Amino acid sequence: MADVLVVGELKNGELKKISKELTSAGRKIADAIGGKVHTVLITDNVDAFAGDLKAVGADAVIGANLGEFSPEGYANGIFAIIQEKKPAVVLMPHSAQGKEYSARVAIKANAGIVADAVGLSVDGGKVVAKKPIYSGKAYANFKVSSEIQMFTVRANSQEVTPKDGAGAVEKSGASAGEVRTKSISKDLSGGNKVQLADASIIVSGGRGIKGPENWPIIQDLADTLGAALGASRATVDAGWISHSHQVGQTGKTVSPNCYIACGISGAIQHLAGMGSSKYIVAINKDGDAPIFKVATYGVVADLFEVVPALTSEFKKVLG
Amino acid sequence: MKIVVLVKQVPDTETNIKVGDKSINEAGVKWIISPYDEFAIEEGIRIREKSGGEVIAVSLGPDRAVEALRTAYAMGVDRAIHVKVDDYVTFDSTYTSELLANLIKAENADVVIGGRQSIDTDSSQVVVQIAERLNVPHVAMALKLEFDGNKVTATREIEGGTEVVETSAPLAVTAQKGLNEPRYPSLKGIMSAKKKPVDVKKPEELGATGSKLEVVSLEPPPPRIAGRKLEAADAQGFASQLVKALREEAKVI
Ligand SMILES: Cc1cc2nc3c(=O)[nH]c(=O)nc-3n(C[C@H](O)[C@H](O)[C@H](O)COP(=O)(O)OP(=O)(O)OC[C@H]3O[C@@H](n4cnc5c(N)ncnc54)[C@H](O)[C@@H]3O)c2cc1C
Repeated sequence: MADVLVVGELKNGELKKISKELTSAGRKIADAIGGKVHTVLITDNVDAFAGDLKAVGADAVIGANLGEFSPEGYANGIFAIIQEKKPAVVLMPHSAQGKEYSARVAIKANAGIVADAVGLSVDGGKVVAKKPIYSGKAYANFKVSSEIQMFTVRANSQEVTPKDGAGAVEKSGASAGEVRTKSISKDLSGGNKVQLADASIIVSGGRGIKGPENWPIIQDLADTLGAALGASRATVDAGWISHSHQVGQTGKTVSPNCYIACGISGAIQHLAGMGSSKYIVAINKDGDAPIFKVATYGVVADLFEVVPALTSEFKKVLG
Repeated sequence: MKIVVLVKQVPDTETNIKVGDKSINEAGVKWIISPYDEFAIEEGIRIREKSGGEVIAVSLGPDRAVEALRTAYAMGVDRAIHVKVDDYVTFDSTYTSELLANLIKAENADVVIGGRQSIDTDSSQVVVQIAERLNVPHVAMALKLEFDGNKVTATREIEGGTEVVETSAPLAVTAQKGLNEPRYPSLKGIMSAKKKPVDVKKPEELGATGSKLEVVSLEPPPPRIAGRKLEAADAQGFASQLVKALREEAKVI
């Protein structure tokens, strides 16, 4: 048996892009090792998403109704499906939720796990996972030697390739079982904006924005592009913005297609969080700032002039 | 309350990393306590200061890991245990969690606190894996912890906001920035830490079944797409060039 089991993710009732990324990556692995791709979604409305996942290679789309997110409940349910499907490979998102339940699933299944993989390939019938280590200063390739090979995968790291799978819809009877941590309340006041973790475009501001009153300049560009708002630690420590926006070693790790750094010097701890972005734009008036060493496009200029000009230019072309 | 805090030694971020075949070249590397583990140590001490009991710092690693335990002593922990592994695959979370869970089981701890991730491997796995192995609940990304006997109320970071949860000890916790402000070790603490005993445990004593990962190779980071600085006369010129580059060349917007 050489099947691949993918765990997808929904947000506010919509399919997250990572679900397609992982299904597509799972398809490539399954084709190499000769197996099927089962994509699991935690929902009671799996039919709504089956077409999208079939189109990127899912042979089976499994809906599991596990209720509100809880790491224990999700782990119990996902493990029950693993026991039933007996996959050789399990791919899970390295999202806030994925990080939590994957750890429990790995122990339940007695599997080795590579977390935060950005590259997946197959060698000798085994998956080779590549992941950045030491703040991106090195990359390591791993194989998992247990019977089941598990991986959590970074958002935006896998290509989505159209490929027709059988797309059969299944409803799993798996249940959340015993959950010992009870959710009392949630505060999602920052909730409607684009989230850093899965954003494909991020506009970030650093100490160069001078003060919290100037965030609207950065936010306008972000809104125009449908991008998430990021920040350097200097702005968080100064109290200009909440820590949830911080990108970097002690903030969030992100891998967008495009990262626009405005007034950020590019300290190593900041690069640790965004260095794997596909394209990096740096806007900084100091031409020697370290950010230019990683920037695809560098603009040596005053952000207070360039950022508003950029926003209006984008507004023109994006309509 | 018996509290175990997990302390990992990692290379300082500013340190230059030289990549070897299957591991890094450790010569010249400066080692620090992984920043999130400092929040864990601090929280352990604060719980003890409030509720009484004992804080045990545990570090898994080669001989040098003792330095991290000395720092934990200097901050105020009561005991230190070094799980000494010499041929350690730093990256294998299930092996690490197995050794640590077996130790914690033997210690019969009420609370285990670690960082939300260590900054060398960024896996976010070990502490929650320990919770699973000990069959206890966990709170990840904790921003606030309150104990009322065995009852625990915690605030934690979730995607897009925060969540208040209720659970009970024994439990495992991962510390997020914001949980507390770690104290600096006092000079007196540093002096007395030098003389304190560090209990050493070997993997064999902890019933390890071995690693489940194979390091195939290490490599330097992939080369970045060659960068270029744009040339323009004014802000408007930069803006139109950038829009063109991002839409027509990079095709990302
Ligand atoms: C343990 C540890 C963990 C850390 N973790 C993180 C982390 O997670 N994330 C993080 O970001 N940092 C982190 N740091 C901090 C990091 O070392 C830097 O201090 C921080 O990233 C600097 O932020 P900055 O680039 O906004 O500020 P600065 O370094 O002050 O840079 C501001 C930049 O803005 C430019 N500028 C000023 N005015 C303008 C203008 N009008 N137009 C254009 N450009 C302008 C300047 O030329 C300068 O390059 C960490 C540090 C430590 C020690």
